[in-house]
Amino acid sequence: MALLSCRHVCFAYESSHVCENIDFEINEGDYLCIVGENGAGKSTLIKGLLGLKAPCSGKIIRSPELRGNEIGYLPQQTSTQSDFPAGVFEVVLSGCLNSLGPRPFYRKKDRDKALSSLEKLGILNLKDCCYRELSGGQQQRVLLARALCSTKKLLLLDEPFAGLDPLVTADLYSLIEHINRDMGISVIMVSHDIKGVVKYASHILHLKTVQIFFGKTEDYLKSDIGSRFLGGQADD
Amino acid sequence: MIELIKGMFSFNFMVRAILVGVPVALCAALLGVSLVLKRYSMIGDGLSHFGFGVLSVAVALNLAPLAFSIPIMILAAFALLRIRESSKIKGDAATAIISTGSLAVGIMAISLSTGINADVYSYMFGSILAMSKGDVWLSLCLSSLVLILFIVCYNRIFAITFDEAFAQATGTRTNLYNFLIAISTAITIVLGMRMIGTLLISALIVFPALSAMRICKRFKNVVICAAVISVICLLSGLVISYALATPTGASIVVVNIIFFIAFSLAGFIKSRVN
Repeated sequence: MALLSCRHVCFAYESSHVCENIDFEINEGDYLCIVGENGAGKSTLIKGLLGLKAPCSGKIIRSPELRGNEIGYLPQQTSTQSDFPAGVFEVVLSGCLNSLGPRPFYRKKDRDKALSSLEKLGILNLKDCCYRELSGGQQQRVLLARALCSTKKLLLLDEPFAGLDPLVTADLYSLIEHINRDMGISVIMVSHDIKGVVKYASHILHLKTVQIFFGKTEDYLKSDIGSRFLGGQADD
Repeated sequence: MIELIKGMFSFNFMVRAILVGVPVALCAALLGVSLVLKRYSMIGDGLSHFGFGVLSVAVALNLAPLAFSIPIMILAAFALLRIRESSKIKGDAATAIISTGSLAVGIMAISLSTGINADVYSYMFGSILAMSKGDVWLSLCLSSLVLILFIVCYNRIFAITFDEAFAQATGTRTNLYNFLIAISTAITIVLGMRMIGTLLISALIVFPALSAMRICKRFKNVVICAAVISVICLLSGLVISYALATPTGASIVVVNIIFFIAFSLAGFIKSRVN
Protein backbone atom coordinates (compact mmCIF):
# COMPACT_ATOMS: atom_id res chain seq x y z
CA MET A 1 0.00 0.00 0.00
CA ALA A 2 1.17 3.54 -0.76
CA LEU A 3 2.57 5.64 2.10
CA LEU A 4 0.54 8.61 1.05
CA SER A 5 -1.89 9.04 -1.77
CA CYS A 6 -3.96 11.89 -3.12
CA ARG A 7 -7.18 11.13 -4.96
CA HIS A 8 -8.65 13.96 -7.06
CA VAL A 9 -7.70 16.53 -4.43
CA CYS A 10 -8.64 20.22 -4.76
CA PHE A 11 -7.61 23.09 -2.50
CA ALA A 12 -9.24 26.50 -2.32
CA TYR A 13 -8.75 29.76 -0.48
CA GLU A 14 -11.99 31.70 -0.04
CA SER A 15 -13.70 30.04 -2.98
CA SER A 16 -10.89 30.50 -5.51
CA HIS A 17 -9.20 27.22 -6.38
CA VAL A 18 -5.43 27.23 -6.02
CA CYS A 19 -4.86 23.68 -7.14
CA GLU A 20 -7.19 21.18 -8.69
CA ASN A 21 -7.48 17.54 -9.42
CA ILE A 22 -4.24 16.39 -7.83
CA ASP A 23 -3.87 12.65 -8.10
CA PHE A 24 -0.68 10.86 -7.16
CA GLU A 25 0.82 8.46 -4.66
CA ILE A 26 4.15 7.95 -2.99
CA ASN A 27 5.48 4.51 -2.07
CA GLU A 28 8.21 3.46 0.28
CA GLY A 29 11.62 4.56 -0.96
CA ASP A 30 10.31 7.05 -3.54
CA TYR A 31 11.92 10.43 -4.05
CA LEU A 32 9.21 12.71 -5.36
CA CYS A 33 9.78 16.26 -6.48
CA ILE A 34 7.00 18.78 -6.85
CA VAL A 35 7.86 21.41 -9.46
CA GLY A 36 6.01 24.28 -11.03
CA GLU A 37 6.04 28.06 -11.27
CA ASN A 38 5.28 30.43 -8.38
CA GLY A 39 1.62 30.34 -7.46
CA ALA A 40 1.16 26.87 -8.94
CA GLY A 41 -0.16 25.61 -5.62
CA LYS A 42 2.94 23.79 -4.37
CA SER A 43 2.98 25.26 -0.88
CA THR A 44 -0.73 24.69 -0.51
CA LEU A 45 -0.32 21.07 -1.48
CA ILE A 46 2.43 20.67 1.13
CA LYS A 47 0.11 22.11 3.77
CA GLY A 48 -2.53 19.65 2.69
CA LEU A 49 -0.15 16.69 2.87
CA LEU A 50 0.84 17.72 6.40
CA GLY A 51 -2.80 17.87 7.40
CA LEU A 52 -2.72 21.62 8.04
CA LYS A 53 -5.24 22.44 5.34
CA ALA A 54 -8.27 20.36 4.49
CA PRO A 55 -8.93 19.74 0.80
CA CYS A 56 -12.22 21.16 -0.49
CA SER A 57 -12.81 17.96 -2.41
CA GLY A 58 -11.03 14.64 -2.95
CA LYS A 59 -9.13 12.60 -0.42
CA ILE A 60 -5.64 12.40 1.05
CA ILE A 61 -4.99 8.91 2.37
CA ARG A 62 -2.15 8.23 4.80
CA SER A 63 -0.99 4.70 5.45
CA PRO A 64 -1.24 3.47 9.07
CA GLU A 65 2.54 3.82 9.41
CA LEU A 66 2.23 7.58 9.13
CA ARG A 67 -0.28 7.94 11.94
CA GLY A 68 0.49 10.27 14.79
CA ASN A 69 1.97 12.92 12.53
CA GLU A 70 5.01 10.84 11.75
CA ILE A 71 6.09 13.08 8.91
CA GLY A 72 9.40 14.88 9.09
CA TYR A 73 9.04 18.42 7.80
CA LEU A 74 11.60 20.97 6.71
CA PRO A 75 9.75 24.29 6.40
CA GLN A 76 10.98 27.31 4.50
CA GLN A 77 13.24 29.38 6.72
CA THR A 78 11.48 32.26 8.44
CA SER A 79 13.00 35.62 9.27
CA THR A 80 12.46 35.18 13.03
CA GLN A 81 14.90 32.31 13.15
CA SER A 82 17.84 34.35 11.98
CA ASP A 83 18.26 36.06 15.35
CA PHE A 84 16.76 33.37 17.56
CA PRO A 85 18.88 32.42 20.56
CA ALA A 86 18.74 28.62 20.48
CA GLY A 87 21.27 25.85 20.85
CA VAL A 88 21.55 23.30 18.05
CA PHE A 89 20.68 20.46 20.41
CA GLU A 90 17.58 22.29 21.65
CA VAL A 91 16.39 22.70 18.08
CA VAL A 92 17.01 19.08 17.07
CA LEU A 93 15.42 17.76 20.25
CA SER A 94 12.21 19.66 19.47
CA GLY A 95 11.75 17.24 16.57
CA CYS A 96 10.96 14.53 19.13
CA LEU A 97 7.92 16.46 20.34
CA ASN A 98 5.44 14.39 18.36
CA SER A 99 6.49 11.17 20.11
CA LEU A 100 6.05 12.66 23.60
CA GLY A 101 2.29 12.29 23.74
CA PRO A 102 0.94 14.01 26.85
CA ARG A 103 4.31 13.87 28.67
CA PRO A 104 5.70 17.34 29.38
CA PHE A 105 9.43 16.56 29.24
CA TYR A 106 11.86 14.67 27.01
CA ARG A 107 13.21 11.27 28.04
CA LYS A 108 16.67 9.77 27.69
CA LYS A 109 15.37 7.95 24.62
CA ASP A 110 14.54 11.25 22.92
CA ARG A 111 17.93 12.75 23.70
CA ASP A 112 19.59 9.67 22.22
CA LYS A 113 17.46 9.96 19.11
CA ALA A 114 18.45 13.60 18.69
CA LEU A 115 22.13 12.72 19.11
CA SER A 116 21.92 9.90 16.58
CA SER A 117 20.26 12.05 13.95
CA LEU A 118 22.97 14.66 14.43
CA GLU A 119 25.48 11.90 13.90
CA LYS A 120 23.74 10.55 10.80
CA LEU A 121 23.98 13.97 9.18
CA GLY A 122 27.61 14.40 10.23
CA ILE A 123 27.05 17.45 12.41
CA LEU A 124 27.58 16.00 15.88
CA ASN A 125 30.38 18.55 16.30
CA LEU A 126 27.80 21.39 16.05
CA LYS A 127 25.78 20.04 18.97
CA ASP A 128 26.76 22.80 21.39
CA CYS A 129 26.76 25.64 18.87
CA CYS A 130 24.34 28.50 18.74
CA TYR A 131 21.88 28.07 15.88
CA ARG A 132 21.92 31.69 14.68
CA GLU A 133 25.71 31.70 14.33
CA LEU A 134 25.75 28.82 11.83
CA SER A 135 25.99 29.24 8.06
CA GLY A 136 22.89 28.75 5.93
CA GLY A 137 23.92 25.26 4.89
CA GLN A 138 24.65 24.19 8.45
CA GLN A 139 21.30 25.58 9.59
CA GLN A 140 19.54 23.50 6.94
CA ARG A 141 21.40 20.41 8.17
CA VAL A 142 20.28 21.11 11.72
CA LEU A 143 16.67 21.47 10.61
CA LEU A 144 17.04 18.28 8.59
CA ALA A 145 18.29 16.51 11.73
CA ARG A 146 15.24 17.81 13.57
CA ALA A 147 12.98 16.51 10.80
CA LEU A 148 14.66 13.08 11.06
CA CYS A 149 13.77 12.98 14.76
CA SER A 150 10.09 13.18 13.95
CA THR A 151 9.85 10.48 11.30
CA LYS A 152 10.90 6.99 10.31
CA LYS A 153 9.19 6.91 6.94
CA LEU A 154 8.56 10.19 5.16
CA LEU A 155 10.32 13.54 4.84
CA LEU A 156 8.69 16.65 3.38
CA LEU A 157 11.06 19.40 2.25
CA ASP A 158 9.80 22.83 1.27
CA GLU A 159 12.37 24.66 -0.88
CA PRO A 160 15.40 23.35 1.03
CA PHE A 161 17.87 25.08 -1.29
CA ALA A 162 16.51 28.61 -1.12
CA GLY A 163 19.31 31.05 -0.46
CA LEU A 164 22.15 28.50 -0.54
CA ASP A 165 25.16 28.76 -2.82
CA PRO A 166 25.75 26.03 -5.46
CA LEU A 167 28.42 24.16 -3.50
CA VAL A 168 26.29 23.90 -0.37
CA THR A 169 23.29 22.97 -2.52
CA ALA A 170 25.21 20.06 -4.02
CA ASP A 171 26.20 18.96 -0.52
CA LEU A 172 22.61 19.06 0.64
CA TYR A 173 21.47 17.09 -2.43
CA SER A 174 23.83 14.24 -1.65
CA LEU A 175 22.76 14.33 1.99
CA ILE A 176 19.10 14.01 0.99
CA GLU A 177 20.03 11.20 -1.37
CA HIS A 178 21.80 9.47 1.52
CA ILE A 179 18.69 9.81 3.70
CA ASN A 180 16.54 8.44 0.90
CA ARG A 181 18.74 5.50 -0.15
CA ASP A 182 20.54 4.42 2.98
CA MET A 183 17.95 5.17 5.63
CA GLY A 184 15.01 4.11 3.50
CA ILE A 185 13.05 7.29 4.11
CA SER A 186 10.77 8.49 1.33
CA VAL A 187 11.20 12.10 0.31
CA ILE A 188 8.76 14.66 -1.04
CA MET A 189 10.45 17.88 -2.02
CA VAL A 190 9.31 21.20 -3.45
CA SER A 191 12.04 22.89 -5.44
CA HIS A 192 12.68 25.50 -8.09
CA ASP A 193 15.94 23.89 -9.07
CA ILE A 194 14.58 21.77 -11.94
CA LYS A 195 17.99 20.71 -13.24
CA GLY A 196 19.10 19.28 -9.90
CA VAL A 197 15.73 17.75 -9.31
CA VAL A 198 15.70 15.58 -12.45
CA LYS A 199 19.14 14.26 -11.54
CA TYR A 200 18.11 12.92 -8.14
CA ALA A 201 14.36 12.41 -7.97
CA SER A 202 12.67 9.16 -8.89
CA HIS A 203 9.29 10.79 -9.56
CA ILE A 204 8.12 14.22 -10.66
CA LEU A 205 4.85 15.99 -10.00
CA HIS A 206 4.41 19.09 -12.13
CA LEU A 207 1.73 21.55 -11.05
CA LYS A 208 0.27 24.51 -12.85
CA THR A 209 -2.83 25.04 -10.73
CA VAL A 210 -3.92 21.71 -12.19
CA GLN A 211 -1.70 18.68 -12.21
CA ILE A 212 -0.01 18.53 -15.59
CA PHE A 213 2.38 15.66 -15.01
CA PHE A 214 2.94 12.85 -12.56
CA GLY A 215 5.22 9.91 -13.17
CA LYS A 216 8.77 8.62 -13.28
CA THR A 217 11.56 11.10 -13.92
CA GLU A 218 12.64 9.30 -17.15
CA ASP A 219 9.15 9.69 -18.57
CA TYR A 220 9.07 13.34 -17.51
CA LEU A 221 12.28 14.05 -19.41
CA LYS A 222 10.79 12.49 -22.54
CA SER A 223 7.45 14.26 -22.18
CA ASP A 224 6.58 17.54 -23.92
CA ILE A 225 5.99 19.41 -20.69
CA GLY A 226 9.21 18.20 -19.18
CA SER A 227 11.47 19.11 -22.05
CA ARG A 228 9.78 22.50 -22.45
CA PHE A 229 10.11 23.29 -18.73
CA LEU A 230 13.72 22.19 -18.67
CA GLY A 231 14.48 24.08 -21.87
CA GLY A 232 12.74 27.19 -20.57
CA GLN A 233 14.84 27.10 -17.44
CA ALA A 234 18.01 26.85 -19.50
CA ASP A 235 17.21 30.11 -21.28
CA ASP A 236 17.07 32.04 -18.00
CA MET B 1 21.99 50.08 53.32
CA ILE B 2 21.08 47.30 55.76
CA GLU B 3 19.24 49.82 57.91
CA LEU B 4 17.31 50.90 54.84
CA ILE B 5 16.27 47.37 53.97
CA LYS B 6 15.37 46.63 57.57
CA GLY B 7 13.23 49.73 57.57
CA MET B 8 11.55 48.60 54.34
CA PHE B 9 10.51 45.30 55.80
CA SER B 10 9.02 46.93 58.87
CA PHE B 11 6.23 48.23 56.66
CA ASN B 12 3.51 45.76 55.82
CA PHE B 13 2.84 47.41 52.47
CA MET B 14 6.44 46.82 51.42
CA VAL B 15 6.23 43.14 52.30
CA ARG B 16 3.02 42.89 50.30
CA ALA B 17 4.64 44.70 47.39
CA ILE B 18 7.49 42.19 47.36
CA LEU B 19 5.13 39.22 47.66
CA VAL B 20 3.15 40.44 44.66
CA GLY B 21 6.05 41.87 42.72
CA VAL B 22 8.49 38.97 42.65
CA PRO B 23 6.14 36.34 41.17
CA VAL B 24 4.73 38.88 38.69
CA ALA B 25 8.25 39.82 37.60
CA LEU B 26 9.10 36.14 37.16
CA CYS B 27 6.02 35.40 35.05
CA ALA B 28 6.47 38.53 32.98
CA ALA B 29 10.08 37.65 32.19
CA LEU B 30 9.34 34.03 31.21
CA LEU B 31 6.39 34.92 29.00
CA GLY B 32 8.32 37.89 27.68
CA VAL B 33 11.00 35.69 26.12
CA SER B 34 8.42 33.91 24.02
CA LEU B 35 6.43 37.07 23.23
CA VAL B 36 9.48 39.03 22.12
CA LEU B 37 10.80 36.21 19.93
CA LYS B 38 7.40 35.60 18.37
CA ARG B 39 7.14 39.35 17.61
CA TYR B 40 4.14 39.52 19.91
CA SER B 41 5.43 42.18 22.30
CA MET B 42 2.80 44.60 21.04
CA ILE B 43 0.16 42.32 22.53
CA GLY B 44 1.63 42.98 25.96
CA ASP B 45 1.52 46.69 25.30
CA GLY B 46 -2.04 46.58 23.99
CA LEU B 47 -3.20 44.54 26.95
CA SER B 48 -1.65 46.86 29.50
CA HIS B 49 -3.35 49.92 28.02
CA PHE B 50 -6.56 47.99 27.81
CA GLY B 51 -6.03 47.22 31.50
CA PHE B 52 -6.14 50.93 32.29
CA GLY B 53 -9.57 51.23 30.66
CA VAL B 54 -10.91 48.19 32.47
CA LEU B 55 -9.52 49.32 35.83
CA SER B 56 -11.03 52.80 35.48
CA VAL B 57 -14.42 51.40 34.53
CA ALA B 58 -14.26 48.97 37.46
CA VAL B 59 -13.56 51.80 39.90
CA ALA B 60 -16.20 54.05 38.35
CA LEU B 61 -18.78 51.30 38.78
CA ASN B 62 -17.53 50.47 42.27
CA LEU B 63 -16.53 46.91 41.40
CA ALA B 64 -13.63 44.90 42.82
CA PRO B 65 -10.77 45.83 40.45
CA LEU B 66 -8.96 42.48 40.15
CA ALA B 67 -11.98 40.20 40.04
CA PHE B 68 -13.56 42.43 37.37
CA SER B 69 -10.43 42.91 35.26
CA ILE B 70 -9.13 39.36 34.98
CA PRO B 71 -11.94 37.81 32.91
CA ILE B 72 -12.23 40.88 30.69
CA MET B 73 -8.48 40.98 30.10
CA ILE B 74 -8.49 37.30 29.15
CA LEU B 75 -11.21 38.01 26.60
CA ALA B 76 -9.14 40.90 25.27
CA ALA B 77 -6.11 38.62 24.92
CA PHE B 78 -8.23 36.20 22.87
CA ALA B 79 -9.44 39.06 20.70
CA LEU B 80 -5.94 40.42 20.08
CA LEU B 81 -4.65 37.02 18.97
CA ARG B 82 -7.66 36.47 16.72
CA ILE B 83 -7.21 39.86 15.10
CA ARG B 84 -3.59 39.02 14.37
CA GLU B 85 -4.62 35.79 12.68
CA SER B 86 -7.47 37.18 10.59
CA SER B 87 -5.19 40.00 9.40
CA LYS B 88 -7.99 42.16 7.96
CA ILE B 89 -6.62 44.87 10.22
CA LYS B 90 -2.90 44.37 10.69
CA GLY B 91 -1.73 43.40 14.16
CA ASP B 92 0.15 46.57 15.03
CA ALA B 93 -2.65 48.85 13.86
CA ALA B 94 -5.19 46.80 15.78
CA THR B 95 -3.09 47.06 18.92
CA ALA B 96 -2.81 50.82 18.48
CA ILE B 97 -6.60 51.13 18.14
CA ILE B 98 -7.17 49.09 21.27
CA SER B 99 -4.47 50.89 23.28
CA THR B 100 -5.61 54.42 22.58
CA GLY B 101 -9.28 53.50 22.54
CA SER B 102 -9.24 51.94 25.98
CA LEU B 103 -7.14 54.78 27.37
CA ALA B 104 -9.80 57.23 26.18
CA VAL B 105 -12.68 55.14 27.53
CA GLY B 106 -10.90 54.81 30.88
CA ILE B 107 -10.34 58.54 31.18
CA MET B 108 -13.97 59.25 30.25
CA ALA B 109 -15.15 56.77 32.89
CA ILE B 110 -13.03 58.43 35.56
CA SER B 111 -13.95 62.00 34.73
CA LEU B 112 -17.65 61.18 34.69
CA SER B 113 -17.49 59.46 38.09
CA THR B 114 -14.84 60.70 40.49
CA GLY B 115 -13.03 63.16 38.31
CA ILE B 116 -9.34 63.06 37.44
CA ASN B 117 -7.53 62.67 40.75
CA ALA B 118 -4.64 60.95 42.47
CA ASP B 119 -6.12 57.54 41.66
CA VAL B 120 -5.65 58.07 37.93
CA TYR B 121 -2.06 58.97 38.52
CA SER B 122 -1.52 55.75 40.47
CA TYR B 123 -3.20 53.61 37.79
CA MET B 124 -0.94 55.02 35.17
CA PHE B 125 2.35 55.02 37.02
CA GLY B 126 1.80 52.48 39.75
CA SER B 127 1.62 52.69 43.50
CA ILE B 128 3.44 50.68 46.09
CA LEU B 129 0.50 51.10 48.45
CA ALA B 130 -2.01 49.51 46.10
CA MET B 131 -1.89 45.91 47.25
CA SER B 132 -4.39 44.65 49.83
CA LYS B 133 -4.13 41.34 51.68
CA GLY B 134 -6.65 39.70 49.36
CA ASP B 135 -4.71 40.90 46.33
CA VAL B 136 -1.58 39.27 47.70
CA TRP B 137 -3.23 35.87 47.95
CA LEU B 138 -4.89 36.11 44.57
CA SER B 139 -1.60 37.18 43.01
CA LEU B 140 0.37 34.39 44.63
CA CYS B 141 -2.14 31.76 43.48
CA LEU B 142 -2.47 33.01 39.93
CA SER B 143 1.21 33.64 39.36
CA SER B 144 2.16 30.20 40.64
CA LEU B 145 -0.42 28.81 38.22
CA VAL B 146 1.22 30.72 35.36
CA LEU B 147 4.68 29.56 36.46
CA ILE B 148 3.65 25.90 36.65
CA LEU B 149 1.94 26.16 33.28
CA PHE B 150 5.08 27.64 31.78
CA ILE B 151 7.34 24.93 33.18
CA VAL B 152 5.03 22.10 32.12
CA CYS B 153 4.63 23.51 28.62
CA TYR B 154 8.24 24.66 28.33
CA ASN B 155 9.23 22.27 25.53
CA ARG B 156 6.10 23.05 23.53
CA ILE B 157 6.56 26.76 24.05
CA PHE B 158 10.10 26.48 22.73
CA ALA B 159 8.90 24.56 19.68
CA ILE B 160 6.14 27.01 18.73
CA THR B 161 8.35 30.01 19.45
CA PHE B 162 11.20 28.75 17.30
CA ASP B 163 9.20 27.37 14.40
CA GLU B 164 5.43 27.44 14.48
CA ALA B 165 5.03 25.80 11.07
CA PHE B 166 7.10 22.78 12.07
CA ALA B 167 5.42 22.45 15.45
CA GLN B 168 2.00 22.53 13.85
CA ALA B 169 2.99 20.05 11.15
CA THR B 170 4.24 17.55 13.70
CA GLY B 171 1.00 17.67 15.63
CA THR B 172 1.53 20.31 18.34
CA ARG B 173 -1.67 22.23 18.95
CA THR B 174 -0.13 25.63 18.32
CA ASN B 175 -3.36 27.58 18.72
CA LEU B 176 -3.91 26.11 22.16
CA TYR B 177 -0.44 27.09 23.31
CA ASN B 178 -0.68 30.54 21.75
CA PHE B 179 -3.87 31.10 23.71
CA LEU B 180 -2.27 29.80 26.90
CA ILE B 181 0.56 32.28 26.42
CA ALA B 182 -1.88 35.13 25.74
CA ILE B 183 -4.04 34.27 28.75
CA SER B 184 -1.02 33.99 31.02
CA THR B 185 0.17 37.35 29.75
CA ALA B 186 -3.23 38.89 30.47
CA ILE B 187 -3.22 37.52 34.02
CA THR B 188 0.34 38.67 34.67
CA ILE B 189 -0.45 42.17 33.43
CA VAL B 190 -3.57 42.47 35.57
CA LEU B 191 -1.70 41.34 38.67
CA GLY B 192 1.19 43.71 38.11
CA MET B 193 -0.48 46.76 36.65
CA ARG B 194 -1.60 48.47 39.84
CA MET B 195 1.80 48.24 41.41
CA ILE B 196 3.88 48.96 38.29
CA GLY B 197 1.33 51.12 36.49
CA THR B 198 -0.60 50.34 33.33
CA LEU B 199 1.66 52.46 31.16
CA LEU B 200 4.80 50.74 32.33
CA ILE B 201 3.89 47.10 32.98
CA SER B 202 4.74 45.96 29.47
CA ALA B 203 8.34 47.03 30.12
CA LEU B 204 8.55 44.11 32.56
CA ILE B 205 7.70 41.79 29.69
CA VAL B 206 10.07 43.20 27.12
CA PHE B 207 13.18 44.40 28.96
CA PRO B 208 14.42 41.28 30.81
CA ALA B 209 14.01 39.13 27.69
CA LEU B 210 15.89 41.60 25.51
CA SER B 211 18.67 42.04 28.08
CA ALA B 212 19.12 38.28 28.42
CA MET B 213 19.26 37.86 24.64
CA ARG B 214 22.26 40.21 24.44
CA ILE B 215 24.51 37.62 26.06
CA CYS B 216 22.79 34.19 26.10
CA LYS B 217 22.84 31.85 23.14
CA ARG B 218 20.55 29.09 24.29
CA PHE B 219 16.82 29.39 24.79
CA LYS B 220 16.97 27.81 28.24
CA ASN B 221 19.71 30.19 29.34
CA VAL B 222 17.78 33.16 27.97
CA VAL B 223 14.73 32.12 29.98
CA ILE B 224 16.66 31.61 33.23
CA CYS B 225 18.72 34.75 32.76
CA ALA B 226 15.63 36.86 32.00
CA ALA B 227 13.91 35.56 35.13
CA VAL B 228 16.90 36.42 37.32
CA ILE B 229 17.33 39.88 35.78
CA SER B 230 13.65 40.59 36.19
CA VAL B 231 13.60 39.74 39.90
CA ILE B 232 16.79 41.67 40.62
CA CYS B 233 15.45 44.72 38.80
CA LEU B 234 12.16 44.51 40.67
CA LEU B 235 13.82 44.32 44.07
CA SER B 236 16.30 47.11 43.39
CA GLY B 237 13.50 49.19 41.90
CA LEU B 238 11.49 48.74 45.08
CA VAL B 239 14.45 49.81 47.21
CA ILE B 240 14.94 52.92 45.08
CA SER B 241 11.26 53.69 45.16
CA TYR B 242 11.27 53.39 48.96
CA ALA B 243 14.44 55.37 49.49
CA LEU B 244 13.77 58.21 47.07
CA ALA B 245 9.94 58.15 47.26
CA THR B 246 9.71 57.76 43.49
CA PRO B 247 6.85 55.90 41.75
CA THR B 248 7.42 52.14 41.93
CA GLY B 249 6.88 51.30 38.27
CA ALA B 250 9.17 53.99 36.94
CA SER B 251 11.92 53.04 39.39
CA ILE B 252 11.77 49.40 38.32
CA VAL B 253 11.79 50.26 34.63
CA VAL B 254 14.76 52.58 35.06
CA VAL B 255 16.74 49.76 36.66
CA ASN B 256 15.70 47.56 33.74
CA ILE B 257 17.02 50.15 31.30
CA ILE B 258 20.36 50.21 33.13
CA PHE B 259 20.55 46.42 32.95
CA PHE B 260 19.68 46.47 29.26
CA ILE B 261 22.46 48.93 28.49
CA ALA B 262 24.95 46.98 30.59
CA PHE B 263 24.05 43.68 28.91
CA SER B 264 24.18 45.23 25.45
CA LEU B 265 27.68 46.47 26.19
CA ALA B 266 28.69 43.08 27.57
CA GLY B 267 27.28 41.36 24.48
CA PHE B 268 29.10 43.77 22.19
CA ILE B 269 32.41 43.26 23.98
CA LYS B 270 31.88 39.48 24.00
CA SER B 271 31.30 39.38 20.24
CA ARG B 272 34.39 41.53 19.66
CA VAL B 273 36.58 39.30 21.79
CA ASN B 274 35.52 36.12 20.00
